[in-house]
Amino acid sequence: MAPVLFVGFALLLVLSSVMVILHKNPVTSALFLVSAFCSLAGIYLLLHAEFLGMVQVIVYAGAIMVLFLFVIMYLNLGRDVEGGLALALRRGFGYLVGLGLLGIALTWFARGWSAGPAAPPPESPAPGNTQAIGMLLYSRYLFPFEITSVVLLVAMVGVIVIARGRRGGIPEAPDMPEAIPDTPADRGEAPPATGAAPPAAAAPKRSVEGS
Amino acid sequence: MIAHLAALPGVLRDPTVQFALWAFVKIFIILNVMLGIVSYMIYAERKIAGHMQARVGPNRVGPFGLLQPIADVLKLFFKEEFIPDEANKVVYHIAPMLAVIPALVTFSVIPFGPGALTVTDVNVGLLVFLAMSSLGVYAITLAGWSSNNKYALLGGLRSSAQMISYELAMGLSTIGVLLIAGSLSMADIVNAQRHVWMVVWQPHAFLLFMICALAETNRAPFDLPEAEAELVAGFHTEYSSMKFGLFFLGEFMNVIAISCIAVTLFLGGWNGPGPAALGIVWFLIKLAFLLFFFIWVRWTFPRLRYDQLMHLGWKVLLPIALLNVVATAGVLWWVGNR
Repeated sequence: MAPVLFVGFALLLVLSSVMVILHKNPVTSALFLVSAFCSLAGIYLLLHAEFLGMVQVIVYAGAIMVLFLFVIMYLNLGRDVEGGLALALRRGFGYLVGLGLLGIALTWFARGWSAGPAAPPPESPAPGNTQAIGMLLYSRYLFPFEITSVVLLVAMVGVIVIARGRRGGIPEAPDMPEAIPDTPADRGEAPPATGAAPPAAAAPKRSVEGS
Repeated sequence: MIAHLAALPGVLRDPTVQFALWAFVKIFIILNVMLGIVSYMIYAERKIAGHMQARVGPNRVGPFGLLQPIADVLKLFFKEEFIPDEANKVVYHIAPMLAVIPALVTFSVIPFGPGALTVTDVNVGLLVFLAMSSLGVYAITLAGWSSNNKYALLGGLRSSAQMISYELAMGLSTIGVLLIAGSLSMADIVNAQRHVWMVVWQPHAFLLFMICALAETNRAPFDLPEAEAELVAGFHTEYSSMKFGLFFLGEFMNVIAISCIAVTLFLGGWNGPGPAALGIVWFLIKLAFLLFFFIWVRWTFPRLRYDQLMHLGWKVLLPIALLNVVATAGVLWWVGNR
């Protein structure tokens, strides 16, 4: 049963990954990426990494890709219409690099490739692997975990500063009415401005404008 | 029974194949029962709405209007199928299916009763529910985008923002329960409530969960994506016939699925007085109560404004849910180390 499912998920994964780069419509490409993430989650499930598989769907397919789609729709990207020499050069370079990578991968596979993992995956260890991941994350991998959190926090603060900075910049133009920065749409569009950091990050910006 | 099994061809004796066959049987039963529940929930909604507004509600088709849902579905089937000219055809067709499938998948992890009355008990059951509810966003977003209609697009964008915001608070509000139960498996969570329901330990989390559930299923007072005064009909403006029917079905399936999850997490699942065989009855009684709650809220509260909705989600519900995680973990640690 499992090999059949694995081949199914793997085929789906490869096909949708290829379609992500081949399809001209950005929204369709994004949807194929969602399908790729979901197939990857299926492969995780087959490897008894249930927690990882579900988190893959929740975080990548369910949250990140929705934001991607959001941005793509918002920008209303049409089909890729640019042409000419620049595009041809870029395409040619891309094909070269891709072929090179494919060659490396094929030589690796040719050296030691077998259908499926060398050893059968252990049968669902202990009560669940969620505990196992938690124990590892908060003991051996605590430092990388904390570093990642800090990086994410920095990114969040950066986004808020950029977003608030642009909005704060509006009153500098003399003919702009005061009310614009406070429309409901503005407030609604900046939901992430909830952490402890934004007021502190935004405050210096305001004082700069005042001076 | 054993003789029976021996007579089966070899393939059918394989335990994985047997599991798959049983799962198919259970899925078939659940699918049909849920379709029945959805039809009669729509009937109940119309009746209750009628009583709340001093009307009678549907009473023409059959005794007390009980055949009304069947008439409604037949009408939907016979409606003309209309596809807008500039629509993205493929995505336009996929979106209604995506509205129903995640809700149906959620039912596979819900323990309707002890033992075999659940399709499968996986060790990440709750995460399956969260994953499926996060995939539900696509139906509405894609429906809004592919219809090539500005009202539909606005509805779709609103809903993706709304569902992403409330998903976080909803996921966090369940963590208190998980900490107490010590497992992500639905059966374990139900077993942990054999003596005391989680709602006793976590009443605030239950309230948070229900508020987020209303927002997650796009029900009033959070039905911003289809606010008819501003957006015509929101994301399903351009949908007609059974495609519209699928969105309708998906919404009600989601309401039922999320109510099942709420019963399992907070109201003790199938636990109740009497023998274990009564479990499914208790489950259905609790489920009916929550479904009534959904209808009751819809016809009682006015719709929120969009910025109020975002404010509530990010600045009120999310911090409370985060605080609850920290507080619950602290109390559990203190109790454990006393």
